[in-house]
Amino acid sequence: MIDNLACRRGGRLLFEAVSAQVAPGGALLLTGPNGAGKSSLLRLLAGLLRAESGSVSGGGRRAFAGHDVALKPRQSLGAELDYWARLDGGRDRLPGALAAMNLAGLVDVPCRHLSSGQKRRAAIARVIAAGAECWLLDEPTAGLDAASAGLLAAAMGQHRAAGGLIVAAVHGDIGLADAATLRLG
Amino acid sequence: MFFTLLRRDLLLIARSPALWLPVMFFVLAAALFPFAVGPDARLLARIAPGIIWVSALLASLLPVETLLAPDVEDGSIDQLIARGIALELVCAARIIAHWIGFAVPLLAALPVAGVLLGLSADDGTRIAIALALGTPALASLAVVAAALTAGLKGGGALAGLIVLPLALPVLIFGVGSDVAGAFRLLAAASLVALAVGPFAAAAALRPE
Repeated sequence: MIDNLACRRGGRLLFEAVSAQVAPGGALLLTGPNGAGKSSLLRLLAGLLRAESGSVSGGGRRAFAGHDVALKPRQSLGAELDYWARLDGGRDRLPGALAAMNLAGLVDVPCRHLSSGQKRRAAIARVIAAGAECWLLDEPTAGLDAASAGLLAAAMGQHRAAGGLIVAAVHGDIGLADAATLRLG
Repeated sequence: MFFTLLRRDLLLIARSPALWLPVMFFVLAAALFPFAVGPDARLLARIAPGIIWVSALLASLLPVETLLAPDVEDGSIDQLIARGIALELVCAARIIAHWIGFAVPLLAALPVAGVLLGLSADDGTRIAIALALGTPALASLAVVAAALTAGLKGGGALAGLIVLPLALPVLIFGVGSDVAGAFRLLAAASLVALAVGPFAAAAALRPE
């Protein structure tokens, strides 16, 4: 899926000759020190950066959860996720996604009143509701408590059992069984 | 898809605390000129189209820092790109939403400005038609400038510098709309700005 990729940012070569494959139901963990290019590789896979060379192929539709949660402070959580689910054509998947991340009780709360962990859970719920084959998660457990991390692990397990792919940039364990690891830097 | 984007943009504009800013500015500017110029009704009526057009142009620029920059900063644009949604579509929706958000209230406030400046009914109607034809171009230019300056500090001031020279044709044909053919030239300038705007704004937003 990832073939001989190189990425240059601000004139500096972040990484080169990066290749990896993820099979349906598989997962790839990106590890490495800060600044090694984990987030850049994810953004590249999401189409948010252009590769210096190399190519990315296959993987189907992608859903991306980066550092920025993309929630408008004045809008309620439910309205925000409903908008994105509309764009994804997945409004019927939204209640399940909200339940999976234990957000059903927060739908009427304006996003400015949410904690950073709750916003992160909302971003993951948006990924679940997108119904995409490939999940791109940038440090998905950052700011999550143990219970929420467990919910995330369960959601990822379900996604893989249904034949989905996961590529995640991580520091430490996020609860993905038998995942391949790609070390950058 | 397009209507989902447009509905969202309109909703966010309607909820924004800056909703009334452009139209308030427009009416205030029109109210101040009689005091500054003096009570000469004929002079006021003669310069009224110019006052109205300059106020409208500046009013269109007031919300320029909130048009696209928040979406770039909070990752909304990233989410749209990751979904493979064409940024041209996103920018076209934003132009229409901005036009509805600033030009429609401004047209509604035009009678008030007209009374304050002593405009005759005929002149008022002519200016209303000219504004209706010309403001889409101003909305388009504002969105392009917002896209170019999103992510820059003090982008609003820079956006003004970008828009003002490009808005001159609209201003000239708008103020001179009593000359034969001015409406057509105004409409043509608007069409060009509307046709180019979404592509220019999308090109500015696209990742490098």
